Formats: sequence, structure tokens, C-alpha cells
Amino acid sequence: MSQIPADLKYAKSHEWVKPLADGTVEMGISDHAQAALGDLVFVEVPSVGRTLAAGEACAVVESVKAASDVYSPIAGTVTAVNAELASAPELINQDPYGGGWMIRMKPVDPRAADALLSASDYEAVLQAG
Amino acid sequence: MGRRTPLFDLHNRLGARMVDFGGWDMPVHYGSQIEEHHAVRRHAGLFDVSHMCVVDLAGDRVRPFLEHLVANDVGKLRAPGKALYSCLLNEDGGVLDDLIIYYLGETFFRVVVNAGTRDKDLAWIREHAAAFGVAVTERTDLGMLAVQGPAARGLVEGLLPPAPQDPDARAAVMALAPFSGRAIGTWFVARTGYTGEDGFEIILPVAEAEPTWVALNARGVRSCGLGARDTLRLEAGMNLYGNDMSESTHPLESGLAWTVAFEPAGRDFIGRAALETIRRRGDSAKLVGLLLEDRGVLRGHQKVIVPDVGEGEITSGTFSPTLEKSIALARVPKATGDRVQVDIRGKLLAARVVKPPFVRHGKVLVS
Repeated sequence: MSQIPADLKYAKSHEWVKPLADGTVEMGISDHAQAALGDLVFVEVPSVGRTLAAGEACAVVESVKAASDVYSPIAGTVTAVNAELASAPELINQDPYGGGWMIRMKPVDPRAADALLSASDYEAVLQAG
Repeated sequence: MGRRTPLFDLHNRLGARMVDFGGWDMPVHYGSQIEEHHAVRRHAGLFDVSHMCVVDLAGDRVRPFLEHLVANDVGKLRAPGKALYSCLLNEDGGVLDDLIIYYLGETFFRVVVNAGTRDKDLAWIREHAAAFGVAVTERTDLGMLAVQGPAARGLVEGLLPPAPQDPDARAAVMALAPFSGRAIGTWFVARTGYTGEDGFEIILPVAEAEPTWVALNARGVRSCGLGARDTLRLEAGMNLYGNDMSESTHPLESGLAWTVAFEPAGRDFIGRAALETIRRRGDSAKLVGLLLEDRGVLRGHQKVIVPDVGEGEITSGTFSPTLEKSIALARVPKATGDRVQVDIRGKLLAARVVKPPFVRHGKVLVS
């Protein structure tokens, strides 16, 4: 069974969001998503400073088999990206909620993350298939 | 729900992630596709290929029938057990399928065709067999395993079935030359594969498939899914039907000219007239290998830009676990030189044109 940390927020498209103390949010893809994709071999992240709309395709994760879009769960401006993923995309497989984080952004609406799915809501989404 | 092989329940018990492949529920991997790939390059891996279709052809005129049916020449098959790779063409020279033909006797040949083309192939073969009085039997009573890797043959040896009427069988199987096969007891074992490594493909009764799989696992042969099968075959420079060739492409633009036997000139195989016209024109595209120099992953259908020449298309692309770079097969204009660009999500990335295979017998052949 995949891990779904209780302190994070989730999108139906399998991204997670973590509000940070400085008002930015960190995001990545869920354990369920990394397991479904399989071994990741390439990650493309947006450039710092890019503005993203909620639901916009903002990154690409490629497994041996296929490329998949990652969608920004909320609107905001990219403030940092995880540079380690360029040489070690497998960090997303190994530690999807920690070392495999993808993007940090400053949200347009500081409370936007509140509207996303809770861990139990996301678990229900997974169980519904 | 798709069609299931005799090993469907075992795949689920082994924790496989199942996907649809040509209408079949097949394992794509059992945990890590990359580790499965490395197991085959370095030791031994095991694939369920029971979705492929074994068809037996019997009759006094089976050889003339095959001389007409396929583009390669079964006249090359003189020693019993010898195998031949060939395309099955339509009248326009388009590729209906690729298949392996085993010569088992003057009145008995066995062919193995792809899963996704099974019904189409059987109808085509039956339609043309009638005029030659050849009996066509689909062997749904048989399963098929591929055991591949440098240690594969040695690990199979102790599991070969008894053959009391054929005391030389075990030694003969272990001494098989590449691209040939032999019956032993209830099995047919061939030294063939789709990975670029040594190994066996084993055709065996459905009931023996699961115990054989379990016994091979116990000997350290790793279960491998279709994901690793695809990266292995692409590194080995082997075409995949439906990706690298299809009914709308012909062998001469698919890296398969070597499988079309224009000699002897009098052999009237289906598609010959069309291919001769194409060959005389001499302007066919070519299938080449690509090695991506920038970071990224080449995928089927990405556009290839050949500066000053034109455009082509990737037919199969992946990340190569052995090279740790992206590789592809691509159909490009005849005049393409050694450098191209590939359009990946709007960015033009640099790739080098190389001659496949990329990897063979564990060794990297391109740099």
C-alpha cells in the first residue's frame, strides 16, 4: 500500500503540496504516482520565475516506459526547483515526499493549499481507482 | 479483461504490474524494470512469451508454400532445427508481421508469430495454405518461455525434461548452434531470443509452464516483464512489429533488407513485385539508430530534423539502462548523415546517427 503522509495536501492528479514556514509551498508527486510510473530516468522542471496557473502542466517525469505530465495544483510563481533531480531522477522513486521534491512556489493565494485534498480524501480517490 | 497466458495467476502472485499488450494481460515489470534489464545483461532473466502464437504447418508441399508466403527464403533451411527470421508481406510489400520459422522436417515446419497480429496472421496463412494442401494448426496447448542472459543456458540444463527414446537429446540441446532448435521430450528448445544475449526460448505444454518458471526462479533466474523485454530488444537493435514496421511500411525502409531474399530470381513470394519496383526506384527512407547527446528521453513518433535534407520520425525510443543514455530507432531520409535533431516537446535536441545494435552480449557497441 502506498504512503500518504497526513500532514500534506494532495491533488487528484497525484501531486502533493506542503506549505512551508516562509509562505512558499513545496510540491512533488505521490508515492502512488511514482510506483505507477516505475523507474524514473528523466525529470524536466520549470525555470525559476515562471508563473503557473492552477492545473497547468509544469513538469515532466519520464520512466523507462513513458513520459507523464505533472500539474501544478495551485497558481503561483516558481521560486526554486530541485536541481538534484537532473542527475538523480530516482530520488522521486526512493523518497517521493522528501529528497524527491520537485518545485517550490510562492502561491498567488496564500490559502490555496487549504482547498486541496486531505490525506484521507486522497486515499479515498486511490481506492475508488 | 484481456486474454491471459497460462502464467497469469503466477504473475499476480509474484507482484507483477499487469498491462494490456495487444489484447493480452501481461506483466510489464515485477518491481524494477531497470533491475530486470540488468539481470538479463549480467546473469539470467525469464520472460513469459506465451502470448505469442505457435503455428504448425504440415503437408507434402509445406516448403513450396513457405517459399511463396514469406519474404526470406526457406531454401536456406536445410539442416533440421534451423530457424529463419522473415517478414510476412502483403501484395504491396507492406509488413503484415515478422515471424520465426523452424524447419523440423520436409513435411513439418513451425512458425511463431506476434500476439497482436495473431488472428490476422492465422487468417492470412490459412487463406494461402489451402492451395498447397498445407494443414495449419494453432498450438493453444503450448506455452512459451524465454530464458535469456549469459548464464541462462546453463541454468536451464538441469531442468530439461526426460527423453528416454532420445538419449542424445540433452547433449544436443546444450550444443545447439545459435538460431536453431530441437525437441527434447515434451519441450521444443531453441537458441533464440529478443534481448541480444545468449539463451533459450522454450515451447512447452501449458501445464509445465508454471512449475518450470518457479524452478528457474529458484535457480536465480529473475522474472522479467515486457518493459525490460522492450529496452533489451531496442539496445540489441531489433525491430518491434507495429512500432518499427507495419502494413504501411516495407522491409527496405525498416532495416530489414537483409531478410528479403531476392535470389533466386524465380521465387515468386507475396510482395515481390512491389518490392522490386521500390528497390529500382532506390529512394527509400532508412531505419537508423539514434543516440541522444542531450539529456532527455527519445520516444516513438517524435519528429527528427535532418538539416538540409528533410524530416524523419522516431519509431521506437527509450532510456537505455546499459548506456544510461536515451537511444532510438528512427526512419529518416536516405541522405541523412551522422547528425540530426529531435523535437522533444518543442525543444530541438542533438542526436547522433549510429548503426544498431547498441549493445550485444553485454558489450556496448556504440560510443
